[in-house]
Amino acid sequence: MNFFNVSNNSLPAPLSSDISIRPLTSAFLDEVRKKRNLFLLLLLSTAGLGIWAVSQGTYEITPLQVLRALFGGSGQPSDIVVLNIRLPRIVAALVAGWGLSLSGLSIQSLLKNPLGSPSTLGISQGAAFGAALSIVIFGGQVLSVTAFAFAGAMAATAIILLLARLKRLSPEAVILAGVALSSLFASATTLIQYLASETQLALVVFWTFGDVARSGWREIGLLTVSVSLVSLFFLFRRWDLNALASGEECARGLGVNVDKIRMQGMIATSLVAALVTAFHGVIAFVGLLAPHMARRIVGADHRMLLPFSSVIGALLLLSADTLGRILVGSGSLPVGVITSFMGAPLFLWLLVRGYR
Amino acid sequence: MLEVSDITFSYHSQAVLEAIAFHLEKGRVLGILGVNGAGKSTLLKCLNRILKPESGTVLLEKENLLSMSPKDVARRVGYVPQRHRETRLSVYESVLLGRKPHMGWTVSDADYEIVENILKRMELTHLGLKSLNELSGGELQKVMIARALAQSPKILLLDEPTSNLDMKNQMEVMKLIRSVVREQGLSAIITIHDLNLALRFADTFLFLYHHRVHSLVGKEELSAEIIREVYGVDVILEKVKGQTVVLPL
Repeated sequence: MNFFNVSNNSLPAPLSSDISIRPLTSAFLDEVRKKRNLFLLLLLSTAGLGIWAVSQGTYEITPLQVLRALFGGSGQPSDIVVLNIRLPRIVAALVAGWGLSLSGLSIQSLLKNPLGSPSTLGISQGAAFGAALSIVIFGGQVLSVTAFAFAGAMAATAIILLLARLKRLSPEAVILAGVALSSLFASATTLIQYLASETQLALVVFWTFGDVARSGWREIGLLTVSVSLVSLFFLFRRWDLNALASGEECARGLGVNVDKIRMQGMIATSLVAALVTAFHGVIAFVGLLAPHMARRIVGADHRMLLPFSSVIGALLLLSADTLGRILVGSGSLPVGVITSFMGAPLFLWLLVRGYR
Repeated sequence: MLEVSDITFSYHSQAVLEAIAFHLEKGRVLGILGVNGAGKSTLLKCLNRILKPESGTVLLEKENLLSMSPKDVARRVGYVPQRHRETRLSVYESVLLGRKPHMGWTVSDADYEIVENILKRMELTHLGLKSLNELSGGELQKVMIARALAQSPKILLLDEPTSNLDMKNQMEVMKLIRSVVREQGLSAIITIHDLNLALRFADTFLFLYHHRVHSLVGKEELSAEIIREVYGVDVILEKVKGQTVVLPL
């Protein structure tokens, strides 16, 4: 039997019909189909939660009114509440969750380290440092705080990537460098806080609480476009990521340019993490937790892992934000507080349940 | 079929390989032998450009692998590294990954058929949906070989395929490699420490000594002399039930 003399049917027969000939392949494809259905279910639940979340608040709106406002509008005042006040926050939570999770997953895969996430690489701390610098030293207009936070996040990324490139650091060393950098940025932030006036101090601390209610449609639009582009980038390289997951030498043996995809991927993923953090402050644990949850559900195949991580990240952050809004009657708890509270125990639970 | 000449490689300006040359016929298994640190694994990685040699050519059916794109090399050369990373990919997904160099945006019907055939031949069908970290060492090694085969290679490179296996699995894996090589008309190059396993399953032997080729010999030409020079150990070669065995003194 030669493996490669495949039957050359010009008609692409539906694969599921060949059960007698290819039992394993059809079992495998059945699993793929099940996962796809599960993905659709998750997507629908996320949309459902989103609509319900929009309807929650002091001004009473029914989910039906939400839908009407979304599709065309009913000309009622509720439209304005939905579109201008509540929806931006919900969409921001979804896109930020998607972005953070995508970023966490890709860092974990590219650097072969389960601890990879924007905060372990110092990206979040870099952003917090930038924000503190802007508020305390430069008087902190809103736009400049965002710009400084973004610059801080990208600076952290640049240092890490330069070290990786110039000193040819191993992926493990890159994570360690990130940990060192995080602590450096954190102490620099503390120093600035020490120098700050009380009002400034309050502003700095408040900025570090991750919050999805800060951004308007322009920021959300920018974030959505970049997260989509970066998602596409990784989707195109899903097999490369699978190869990397099987080991660096294996990937090279399969013709993957490991250094190139690592560098390009890290730049793309840092951009997303920097944008999310600059717009919304430090939101911990989503980037770490969501990919691990996705792995437990669908395994290690990035064809599934990428979409699952993304939607789980979005769902997690929206749930956390909605919970924060419900817990505190009027106003809301910053989502960063909730994710840290939920994130740590959830992560421990995942570990104890036998993450292998 | 494979014509390697003048491969030179150094690491931090320290010579690892110097002017390595050898050739290999279709359907044959070549064992690369030598002491620890002799450059066996390095040589293997130079052949499919995982490492870039400073000079030399690797002609596979008259095409130079060293001037091809990594993807084109991966279409011709299957590679089984020495270490595997623990992953949660399933057996099926892992072997399907071997089709990567041939794949476009989607997995084709032919890709699925090849994977199914290979898993059947390797007697791995029953493990197909299990994830790799649930497998035993022997099973895992077979999956890695199956993935390399899914590259539909002309030549297989295996780095210490038996080093972590018990005796039964060593025999099984080596038998499998040899029979697949014969029936599919491939060639295989194996780095290996165990001289007796090599003697039993390889057809020719390449001894590396001090960064260079010490000798390239067939089964009949192998002598205690060569082994003493390369390993610094006195041995006798005995025939036991028609099979030559090496006995260190």
